Order: sequence, then structure tokens, then C-alpha cells
Amino acid sequence: MNTWLKSLGALLALAFIASTPVAAQNNNNFNPTKEAVKEEQLLNALKSGERLTGRISIPDEKAASLIQPSGQEWRVFHQQKLPVIGGVAILGMLALLVLFYLVRGRIRIDGGFSGVTITRFASLDRFTHWLTAGCFIVLALSGLNISFGRMLILPYFGAETFATLTAWGKLAHNYLAFPFMFGIALMFLIWVRDNIPNKLDLEWIKQGGGLFSKGSHPPAKRFNAGQKVVFWIVMAGGVVMSMSGWFLLFPYLAEGGVSDLQFFTTIHALLAVLFIAAMLAHAYIGSVGMEGAFDAMGTGEVDLNWAKEHHALWVEEEQAKGRAPAMPPGAMPAE
Amino acid sequence: MARMKFLCDADRCIECNACVTACKNEHEVPWGINRRRVVTINDGKPGERSVSMACMHCTDAPCAAVCPVSCFYTTVDAVVLHSKDLCIGCGYCFYACPFGAPQYPKVGNFGSRGKMDKCTYCAGGPEADFSTAEYEKYGRNRLAEGKLPLCAEMCSTKSLLAGDGDIIASIYKERVMKRGYGSGAWGWKTAYKETINV
Repeated sequence: MNTWLKSLGALLALAFIASTPVAAQNNNNFNPTKEAVKEEQLLNALKSGERLTGRISIPDEKAASLIQPSGQEWRVFHQQKLPVIGGVAILGMLALLVLFYLVRGRIRIDGGFSGVTITRFASLDRFTHWLTAGCFIVLALSGLNISFGRMLILPYFGAETFATLTAWGKLAHNYLAFPFMFGIALMFLIWVRDNIPNKLDLEWIKQGGGLFSKGSHPPAKRFNAGQKVVFWIVMAGGVVMSMSGWFLLFPYLAEGGVSDLQFFTTIHALLAVLFIAAMLAHAYIGSVGMEGAFDAMGTGEVDLNWAKEHHALWVEEEQAKGRAPAMPPGAMPAE
Repeated sequence: MARMKFLCDADRCIECNACVTACKNEHEVPWGINRRRVVTINDGKPGERSVSMACMHCTDAPCAAVCPVSCFYTTVDAVVLHSKDLCIGCGYCFYACPFGAPQYPKVGNFGSRGKMDKCTYCAGGPEADFSTAEYEKYGRNRLAEGKLPLCAEMCSTKSLLAGDGDIIASIYKERVMKRGYGSGAWGWKTAYKETINV
């Protein structure tokens, strides 16, 4: 009995040993215990922008991303590339403007102030401009602060004051985004018809807008080519900033999760520094850079001589419509 | 001082999610926020592996580098912590983090982002140890109690290891040598710029 059991046991053991390689062979020699996924292989196989993802049992599917190496690229962009690009764009523009001021000086009204004004921008024009501009200034400053404030401002304020300031900046940035978008839309509606490029613009560009030579004033209608460029920069910039910003405001709308948000912040930041640089030039020529220019958006009434020099065709149109004085009162024939 | 690290031995993880649950309970983490999660790679295919992932407390942490208000700090144990008083909920740390560790309660503007929450390595925050303020903002401070992170301490298969980097690396190395295989120290190369060579 005992020997019989022993021999049965031996037989079973033999059968087990004999069957093991057979089972392995049926499985193409694949041993799921040993031949598991390897982190290194998976990471090396990832293409740029791809994430190492799997399945997750919690309801947040975006959490299924295990490792996203593109975060490192975003870090390099944010910490190393953006400060350089932003610095070159913004400081470079400021340097150019200072240089321009030193060489060209303030652009004067050649004929001097006539004392007679013409309505350049009605209240709706000015409201739209300043609504958008006011929002832009706060958005720009709070945006620059969140990007570069830690480097430039934090050391002077200390961590707590700076964090409070930046938190207010974030609130302002989030909420003022909406009136800014409204301003951009309104601006498009009221000014687009005067900003369609035409043949006159070629002439204006050929003469450099008269910017670089005294007494040169290429003819222009309501908006000259330079102003049209500003208009379209604001439109394109406004739309792209709004669209990218929308996803940053509502991050859960970005279906691609973190990759989408990295893309949108990159676009938002890159365009922002270029936008700011362009608006610095716009603000310069509309104030310090040119005599009589600020009145257009200040009171809305510009000097007739300024208008004739910079927007001769527009003045003629207005005069034809009877909306502008024909000539300075001093030159009027006595009745 | 020790250089604290996490190590998930994926060849042992059975995807029971107990680490996730224990973490949520220990720190009373609100609904919708997961400081730790378990991701299954190649699910349903031969050789699938599950990895328990949380903040890895990186060397030269990307979150700390990109934070606009500099709210992160590294403790003497090399644990990466942050101040919720300084955090403005901008999301930058989430963009930079390789592991998706930063979490945000939906309480900010338009229900987007409140102050960031993440794994503290059970080490609390900048407030005084064991204070109510510390517990409410960051959860239990087990490290100050002389204990290791709960997720690793209660892991039933001892897949998730926490402790000094050199010690847990040697434990992992020994396991790999003994059993003859290992799917790697997940996240180590990314977080610590080094991996465990067996």
C-alpha cells in the first residue's frame, strides 16, 4: 500500500515536470510573470508629446496618465525660453521706441495747431477703445506678473505680500478677460469697415507712413496702413488670446487634459509678449510720439491741421458730409 | 537626514487600491481629489502591470521651479511640500509635473481651480506639527509621529515602499535578484534622475 502510494506520487510528480515545458510551449514561451511591461522600454518608445497611460478605476479618466515627459519641455519653455522671448520682445520694443524718440523726436503738427477741431472718435469709439485698452493693461500687467513676477518682484515684496498681490492679479485676469473679449468684438463691429486694406495702403507703406521723414504725409482715409496693421494685430491677437485663455479659465473643457493645457499656456504666453510689444508701440505713437494724436482718443476732437496732415482723405470725406469745418475760422471770408 | 522616496514594485502590485483609500481616509481628502492613484498599464494583456503613483517628491522638482509664487519648499528629508496660504491655484505645477500629482478642488473662479492639493508624504505642511490648521490643510503629519506614509505602511503585498531612497532601493534590488525579474523602479528616472540598476 505504502509503496503503491509512493509510486503514484512519483508518477504525478513526473507528469507535472513533463507537462510544464509543454504548457510553456503552447504559450509561445511567454511567461507573463517575468516578461512584464518595463518602464524603461515604454518611456523610450514614447514620441514627443505622448504620455504613458493606462487604465484607472477612479472616475477621473484623465488621471490614467501615469507619466507625462512633456511636462519637462513645458518647464524649459516657461523657465528658460519665455523669459528670453519676452525680454527681447518687450525690452527690445522699449529700446526701439527710445531710439526712435531720440532720432525722430516728437512728430509735430507741421502747420501748428489751427485751433479748430474735427470729431475723430465719437463716444462709442472711445468707450470701446478704453474698455479694451483698460482691460488689456490690467491683463498684461497681471500676466507679466504671473510669468516673471517671481523673478522680478518677489524679492522686494516677500513671499506673502507677493502671493496676495498675485492672487488678486489672477482674479483680475480671470474676470477682466470677459469685458476684454466684449471690447474686441465691439471693436471689430465698429471699425472693421474702415480697416479693409486697399491700394492707398501700399503708397503709405512705400513712404514709410511719413514716420521717418519730416513733412511727409502720405494720404490716408479714416485709418492709415499703420493703424490698420494695429487693428488686425488686435483682432488676431484678441481672438487667439481669448480662445487659448478660455481653456485656461475652464481647464476641464480641455479634452486632451494636460497636453492641451500646456499647448494653450504656451500659445497664450508667446502671443501675449508679442501683443504687449505691439501695443507699446501703438501707445507710444498715440501719445508721446506724436503731437495732437492723443486727443483722438482723449476728447475725441482732433485739431483740423493734424487731421489734414495724417488723414487728408478722411477730412475731405467728412467735409463733404458736412460734418467738419471747411477751414480754420481765421481764414473764413467775412460775410 | 534621510532622502525620502517612494518606490512601487509593480511586479507585486495587485491593484487593490487600498493605498488610494487609506490616503483619502487618513487625510480626509475631499471628493474629486486623489493624492494617490493606481494606473494599470497594458490592461488585460499578458504582462500587464499596475503602478501606484503619487507625488514622487522629485529632486529638482518641476512644480517648485515653475510656481509663480514660489509656494513650494523641500524639507530636510527631501520631501516636497507647499504652502496653501501662498498657492493661488494657477495650475502651473500641474502642467510641469510628470506624474499628474497636483490636484485642485473645483472651488476657484468659475469652479475651476482652488488651492492645489497633493501628496505630502504624510508630512503635513508649513504649519506647526500636529496643529489643527496643519491637519485641515494638509492632513496627518505621520512623519512627525515617527511613522512612514500610510499608503506604503499598509500595502498588503509590500509593493509600495516608502523610506530612505538607498534602503528601499536595496530592498527592491534584492527582490529582483531573488525572483529574477523586475519591471523597473517606476518614475525614478524621471523624478530622481537615476534608476535602480540590478
